Amino acid sequence: MTEFSFWDILRNLLLAARWTVVLSLVSFIGGGIVGAALLFLRIGARRGMRVLSRGYIQLFQGTPLLMQLFLAFFGLGLFGIDVPAWLAACIALILWTAAFLAEIWRGCVESIAKGQWEASASLGMGYLQQMRYVILPQALKVAVPPTVGFSVQVVKGTALTSIIGFVELSKAGSIVTNATFQPFTVYGLVALIYFALCWPLSKSSQLLERKLNVAHRNH
Amino acid sequence: MTYQFDFGWLIGSLPVLLKGIRITVQLILIGAVFGVALGIACAWVRALGPKWLKPVVATYVELIRNTPFLIQLFFIFFGLPSLGIRMSELTAANLAMIVNLGAYSCEIIRAGIQATPRGQFEAGASLAMTPFQTFWHVVLVPALQRIWPALSSQIVIVMLGSAVVSQIAAEDLTFAANFIQSRNFRAFETYIVSTLIYLALAILLRQLLAGLGWMLFPRKASR
Repeated sequence: MTEFSFWDILRNLLLAARWTVVLSLVSFIGGGIVGAALLFLRIGARRGMRVLSRGYIQLFQGTPLLMQLFLAFFGLGLFGIDVPAWLAACIALILWTAAFLAEIWRGCVESIAKGQWEASASLGMGYLQQMRYVILPQALKVAVPPTVGFSVQVVKGTALTSIIGFVELSKAGSIVTNATFQPFTVYGLVALIYFALCWPLSKSSQLLERKLNVAHRNH
Repeated sequence: MTYQFDFGWLIGSLPVLLKGIRITVQLILIGAVFGVALGIACAWVRALGPKWLKPVVATYVELIRNTPFLIQLFFIFFGLPSLGIRMSELTAANLAMIVNLGAYSCEIIRAGIQATPRGQFEAGASLAMTPFQTFWHVVLVPALQRIWPALSSQIVIVMLGSAVVSQIAAEDLTFAANFIQSRNFRAFETYIVSTLIYLALAILLRQLLAGLGWMLFPRKASR
């Protein structure tokens, strides 16, 4: 039997952490795009679309991410596609992230005073123009801290993809544990790597929030 | 798509599902009560507690909030036995949920305490109350009332997160779903049903917490 040194364990975990980072980026960017589309429907003029997107958001916020992963994994299979774990993981995480980001951003857009909508409407702007030139530039500033804060949830959410068999940091942790029989060391290290990924994001979210508040006060 | 949906297995699997629901409900009830209690204790430390304890609690909160629940669970269930601490999977699941919710609710409750007007503490002190008495009798309840919606959401999030405990073979709703789909080979239908059950549980829990908030904090209390 081979002996595993501490360095072997750490190296394997760090190699797997790449996939955690890649998956986080893909879900965050994809989720951002889908989330923005959802946001436009959620606060748009079409009533049917508003109800639909609200239902979507509630469905994804009210069910476990793990179940969504299972459904993506087994649901896509129904179409006769042989679904690799990474694809199911990406799809489920993108849809899940989109629901949360849309709801966060809705709060930001709604925090913009009603007068801004009315003023831009009185200038003859259409809905998209209002959004593009008046509302979004202001809402974006409010949205940055909570969005960065939510990215922490996305990174942590990727841990669940290990359950449908995607080999990222958590799965690597299980595999290395099974090979080394050192669960305490391995899971401790895994936790520390996640911490190293998430903590800077949490901190910068807090800092941004403080900075933004100061800017707000000086208005 | 030529796939035929089949929900015929549902009746036969009902007892397994019900048991899973029972365990999930039991987990979140225990987790919520002790988790919020731990959160209150930690929030007290961070806001008013002894100085030497503050960094300890801060480290705990940051560590838990920045690592996935799954890893916390694995660490407790697989990692701790190497230190001689062994527990059943249900105990480990409960402990992980308490520790997890404790960290999040600490931050939430602390925000509520920090929003308390300074005068409240001074008023308590002028009545010769100790800082702890002031915290317990004067500050805590309005602080909880202020952050109750956020705390409720966090409890629901922890309930949904508890789906993961099936991975250490705690027999919750997800475990039941995994068990059923391994028998009937109807994975999609099984997970759709359990997802809908989770959705119902989440809605129910939210209503329950709203009702509890309504009972605990009578309207007359000022904000």
